[in-house]
Amino acid sequence: MPTRTFPGRFRCLPEIGDFVTRIARQAGLDSAQVYAVQLAVDEACTNIIEHGYGDEGRGEIVCSCDSTDEGITIMIKDWGQRFDPHGIPEPDYDIPLDELRPRGAGVFLMNKLMDEVAFEFDSVEGNTLTMKKRR
Amino acid sequence: MKISTIQYKRCDLVKVVGRIDGHTAPDLEKAFAEIINGDKSGIVFDMAEVDFISSRGLWVLLETQKACKKKQGKLALANVPEDMLESLDLAGVKHFVEIYTDVAAAVGSF
Repeated sequence: MPTRTFPGRFRCLPEIGDFVTRIARQAGLDSAQVYAVQLAVDEACTNIIEHGYGDEGRGEIVCSCDSTDEGITIMIKDWGQRFDPHGIPEPDYDIPLDELRPRGAGVFLMNKLMDEVAFEFDSVEGNTLTMKKRR
Repeated sequence: MKISTIQYKRCDLVKVVGRIDGHTAPDLEKAFAEIINGDKSGIVFDMAEVDFISSRGLWVLLETQKACKKKQGKLALANVPEDMLESLDLAGVKHFVEIYTDVAAAVGSF
């Protein structure tokens, strides 16, 4: 499985995006699906830098992507703080705009854009996020 | 990411070329804030050459809309790339911000 290690810095996000985009295209995903994969991975890595590590430059992000018979599988590994992905509420847009808050938007997008999203937290081995997108 | 602004009579037109993500979204937020803190409350955001916009960037659009509405103005989007529409919908942007097919229609809405 092609694997790359990136420093946990926001300026690395385009490079991570290019890496997954190349493999998503090879996997035969259409343009909207490739964009969805790029966005889900960007959200995951932004969350790792911001919440997992708590800031830039505090740890690495290891990204592996594989083109499969069904589409693409992406594994993202980090050694930051764990969080509860189930504790994030779905956004409600039937409220006045002024009351809207950004909480959990990244995880919500990942869940909606990808076909499978699984978090595994391990304080020794590191945390692994596995996401799948089918053609 | 490159940001350019053109001033019209009733609104300002902001155009971005490149990616809007956790790294670049603060620059876009600043560009919008400068317009709103000036004497304008109408902004058209031309997205024709935006390659990518993350939730951080989408949130800048929603916050900018809040600020424009407080001054009886609005933010309007133009030329949104097809691939981005789903994420704009999921993030609530389609619910709170008007989307026009081109810049002329968006500017004409002011």
